[in-house]
Amino acid sequence: MDWPSLILSLNLAFWTVVLLIPAAVLVARPLAWRRFWGKSIVETLIALPLVLPPTVLGYYMLLSLGATSVLGRFYEALSGHTLVFTFEGLLIASVVFNLPFAVQPIQRAFAAIPQDLREAAWCSGMSGWKTFLKVEFPLAWPGVMSALVLTFAHTLGEFGVVLMVGGNIPGETKTIAISIYDRVQAFDDQAAGVMSALLLLFSFLAIGLVHVLSARMGRRQDG
Amino acid sequence: MDNMALDVRLKQARPIPLDVSFSCGAGEVLALVGPSGSGKSTILRCIAGLNKPDEGVVNCNGVSWLDTMKGLNLKPQDRSVGVLFQNYALFPHMSAIDNVISALGHVDKQEHVGRASQLLELVHLQGLERRHPGNLSGGQQQRVALARALARDPATLLLDEPFSSVDKVTRGKLYRELALLRKRLETPVVMVTHDLEEATILADRLCILYRGESLQTGAPLEILSHPRNVLVARLVGLRNIFNGRVIKRQDDGSGVIEWRDRVLDVADCGTFSSGDPVSWVLPPAGIILHRNDRPSNGEKENPVEGKVMELMALGETVNVILALDQMESAKLSFNIPSHVAKRHQVVVGSSFTVTLSRDDIHLMACESDVEGKGDT
Repeated sequence: MDWPSLILSLNLAFWTVVLLIPAAVLVARPLAWRRFWGKSIVETLIALPLVLPPTVLGYYMLLSLGATSVLGRFYEALSGHTLVFTFEGLLIASVVFNLPFAVQPIQRAFAAIPQDLREAAWCSGMSGWKTFLKVEFPLAWPGVMSALVLTFAHTLGEFGVVLMVGGNIPGETKTIAISIYDRVQAFDDQAAGVMSALLLLFSFLAIGLVHVLSARMGRRQDG
Repeated sequence: MDNMALDVRLKQARPIPLDVSFSCGAGEVLALVGPSGSGKSTILRCIAGLNKPDEGVVNCNGVSWLDTMKGLNLKPQDRSVGVLFQNYALFPHMSAIDNVISALGHVDKQEHVGRASQLLELVHLQGLERRHPGNLSGGQQQRVALARALARDPATLLLDEPFSSVDKVTRGKLYRELALLRKRLETPVVMVTHDLEEATILADRLCILYRGESLQTGAPLEILSHPRNVLVARLVGLRNIFNGRVIKRQDDGSGVIEWRDRVLDVADCGTFSSGDPVSWVLPPAGIILHRNDRPSNGEKENPVEGKVMELMALGETVNVILALDQMESAKLSFNIPSHVAKRHQVVVGSSFTVTLSRDDIHLMACESDVEGKGDT
């Protein structure tokens, strides 16, 4: 059992969720309700990581984070080191490849809130912000939870993008998924087996939780 | 009308054409009546600030809510308005009392529970404060929504098809409650409905809408007995609409009209003079059935003979369609009590004479193709 890798993975998943979920709420809400020029393009871009081979996504992340890229140079000037093969670089990549897993459930949750509930809130004197806090967010909550669980689980399991962007640096970018691959290469079936079983169990629980949450969301809309 | 509590003028071409103007006094209930697609709900939304018309003015108690000429359009939050939505739009994740409290933002926090409880008591929901909307019946949900609409102490109350999603028995009960409640309200109430009967029961005045235009505004009885034109007569469900010609007009306004091969006495010719073609309408109450066995003097008033073509039982009354000749178009529709129909053997095929009450015949500008369309 490679504990540092597990902790690194949990750490990465935690920070991905912290950064991505609020951003996903901001992006998903207008996507659910507004009609604007280029909406389909935005939705397509967000969905892209679902079908793109992780190595392709990783390759482009490597390009855009590398020392010659604008972002890479900016970050290097700021922090003194490059983004690639660091935890921060890994985190940025993780946020990008988790976009569809976070945005889509939240968007569906907001879209399911009837428009007249928001209007009723306004006509009851509630400001836009209060309407969001008291009406929209509580009703979209199961969708936000689904997004959170999916993003967390998916981050633990991601392999291709992590390998491309992060390399395989123990304690810095070597996540549990890569550690499993490592162990198999080293014919350490026992360690690979334990870690695989752990990820399997975790994924099973995560998907189960998402199902429970979406059933609950359906009930709320009926009520 | 400057002294009116609510003054509304709206005009737009799209998405739903609108060209309306009406006022509603304090404590008055005005019903906007019209078929679906006539823009009723859009008008309410414009008053509430949920839609913005191309042109328009909305004033409430001297406060301007909308004035497109001045570029003024207050947000719904800034308009003192209470809205009862068609499907109530209760917040499903909040209890009944929290739904009401959500509209008490203008009141001190420590008064919230007390004030909300009062409002729920007003709509007879005490004891159900902690229930969520999903566990309330349709009628109870409607009352929570009404309490929430009143919670803001609105300067105007807007009701959008308030009874469309409750069953008929509950509806009757809610009518009575609303009629009682409105006596305690000093705000104008604008109500949207497609149900003319409901509007007649609850409203002081009706505003008849068609394709976004207000055709006639007035007391329910006034509109039902004196529709401004054939379209209004049809919209309020009048069926006995025919074409004729004024052949004589006396100085007192009474006169005689020619209709098919008959002549009919009319008490009031309105603005029409001798020779004018007219359309005329007779509300069902203006048709009086004669007893075949015992003719009387009153039956000399516009007697017309016909054959019963169709009978439809409507509970305690029966709707009779009397065909005056072979032509489909000359059909009179009226209601008689069921026991009268039984006693006088009013059955399909039997012949009867009826009086067309001269006081109830109402003349309107002539529309060419009125006849035979009254059934729809």
